[in-house]
Amino acid sequence: MPKEQAVLDVEDVSIAYESSQGSVKAVTDVFLKLMPGGILGLVGESGSGKSTLASGIMHLLKGSAHLVSGHIRVNGQDVYAMDPKLLRKFRWDRMSMVFQSAMTVLNPVMTIEEQMADIFLAHRPRMSKGEIQDRSRSLLNMVHIADKHAKSYPHELSGGMKQRIVIAMALALEPDLVIMDEPTTALDVVVQRSILDQIKALQKERRFSVLFISHDFSLVAEIASTVAVMYAGKIVEVSESQGLTQNDLHHHPYTVGLMRAIPRLTHEDVEIEGIAGNPPNLVELPSGCAYHPRCPLATTICENISPELQAVQRRLIACHYFDPKMRGEFSHVF
Amino acid sequence: MRYLMQKVVFFLVSLWAAMTLNFVLPRMLPGNPALAMFAKFQGQLNPEALRALKLEFGFSNQPVWLQYLNYLKNMLTLHWGLSYTYFPTPVLTVIEHSLPWTLGLVGITTLIAVVLGTILGIYIAWRRNGILDTTLPVSTMFLQAMPYFWTGTLLLFLFAFRYHWFPLGHAYSPNVMPGWNTPFVMSVLRHSILPAITIFLGSASGWIIGMRNNMINTLGEDYVVFAEAKGVSNWRLMTRYAARNAILPQITSFALAMGLIVSGSILTEEVFSYPGIGFQLTNAVLSQDLPLIQSAFLIIAVAVLLVNILVDFLYIRLDPRVGTRGGVK
Repeated sequence: MPKEQAVLDVEDVSIAYESSQGSVKAVTDVFLKLMPGGILGLVGESGSGKSTLASGIMHLLKGSAHLVSGHIRVNGQDVYAMDPKLLRKFRWDRMSMVFQSAMTVLNPVMTIEEQMADIFLAHRPRMSKGEIQDRSRSLLNMVHIADKHAKSYPHELSGGMKQRIVIAMALALEPDLVIMDEPTTALDVVVQRSILDQIKALQKERRFSVLFISHDFSLVAEIASTVAVMYAGKIVEVSESQGLTQNDLHHHPYTVGLMRAIPRLTHEDVEIEGIAGNPPNLVELPSGCAYHPRCPLATTICENISPELQAVQRRLIACHYFDPKMRGEFSHVF
Repeated sequence: MRYLMQKVVFFLVSLWAAMTLNFVLPRMLPGNPALAMFAKFQGQLNPEALRALKLEFGFSNQPVWLQYLNYLKNMLTLHWGLSYTYFPTPVLTVIEHSLPWTLGLVGITTLIAVVLGTILGIYIAWRRNGILDTTLPVSTMFLQAMPYFWTGTLLLFLFAFRYHWFPLGHAYSPNVMPGWNTPFVMSVLRHSILPAITIFLGSASGWIIGMRNNMINTLGEDYVVFAEAKGVSNWRLMTRYAARNAILPQITSFALAMGLIVSGSILTEEVFSYPGIGFQLTNAVLSQDLPLIQSAFLIIAVAVLLVNILVDFLYIRLDPRVGTRGGVK
């Protein structure tokens, strides 16, 4: 039986920014795999490299950011091996992205309709004006936007509407991979809920694969089948979202911290714990495991050696604590 | 519509303010233009003629508010009186003969500077850190830093006085017949090149650098990256997404710069003895030609205000965010 091809295959990818203090790695040795129809969640604090990785996958790194090493394959095709012309055709057709800031990704001086039409003009040159219009309208209807808004300018629409329009635009060419970079972060909870439900429904109906990026652990755990946790540019844990509870100790300490930070309204005594300390400065990363200054389990080995991802009961965790060989180092916790 | 009405009302109020200032300021000038004027005719005019002249010029012993009302009426009905300098030519005729030269020279040159500067700005921002991007802003800034009259004098000295490539002044050679014939048109063009270069060098840099900076800001906007991701072609990305947004502040600067352009042209016309409205204005001020000063100032004020209101109207067409909902509520 031939192995099913991954929609997204991120292999050992490192991305760096050039700064006055030298090269700063925002993404380090990341492996990710997303199978057709799957939803992979990517969680991490601000500045952990999630968005950089997303731009990297889209081959849209700006400024001094650049791919240092590794391969990014979408549908088996290396995104960085394509010439610019092919890349332009490939992007949006096979992989698209819902940007973090729906408020600012629409051109303020063009109508929604014109901006949607641009997608088809660039990718489907044979489509007639009428077909483009019909298709744009049906896309808008798909995200519950009335036809009359097609002729609106972005400033005439609410934030939620803009976000839904951006989602509709991302799905316009029925791509295999849709990267959603904090698609609901800028919205209030009610709108957030309705958009999330729409994304779920659309995904179920059309079976595209989603890389869902968020800093909100509960959101990701709800929508994604697999969750990858990112810390300081590294994936520190990959696990299935089913059965994720804070009582399960078989998680990276950072994941545990993230889960504890979720407010639980159903519980009697509401106790929210934050993670002590701040996300590290990427310019001066802590030695060894980048999380050790904030980690309750940290010991000398954590300060010196950076842990690798390894299988722990159907999960991948990068933490010495779960390494049987390192058991001795953690005698203080046992 | 409310936005339009606001702009029209603003235009009318500014026009009124300009006209009123125009009435007040010359009357506050030291010296008495009336005496200077009549001194010119001492001994040649009999009392009746003098009286008739006084009436003709609008000198009267009426109370100021009545003079003011008469002035407003005369201005609006184009009864701008007689010029002292070119007596007895009506001011309107003097202006009719000088305004087209200014419009032709300053108007066309400014238009070229704005259009060319904007296009260059778009291009060098798109090819950021290219050769043009590193050289053009600095070199044009250097040229713009020189005042109009200095650039003008320098060009005049080099290319007209030293090398005789271009005439020393005036709008056309006295040897040609004004009219739509080739020698005249060629002469006008030859005479306009140096002053045009002066005005162009004095203003181009602002448009290039202004547009470049707007463009660089716009290129960093999310909607440009999003459009790139959508697969929009480079040309469309540059024009419809980036330049289309970057040009908006440029249009505002154009309206604001109008006053500077006019004053700059006064100096240029003076250096090149170009018979435009600026040249006439300087002459009029020197000879205390009150009606001509007033009229020239009025024309300039109206020109600046007109350009401003045109820009406002243009803005409505260009930026959907303006006007439709009244902006900030």
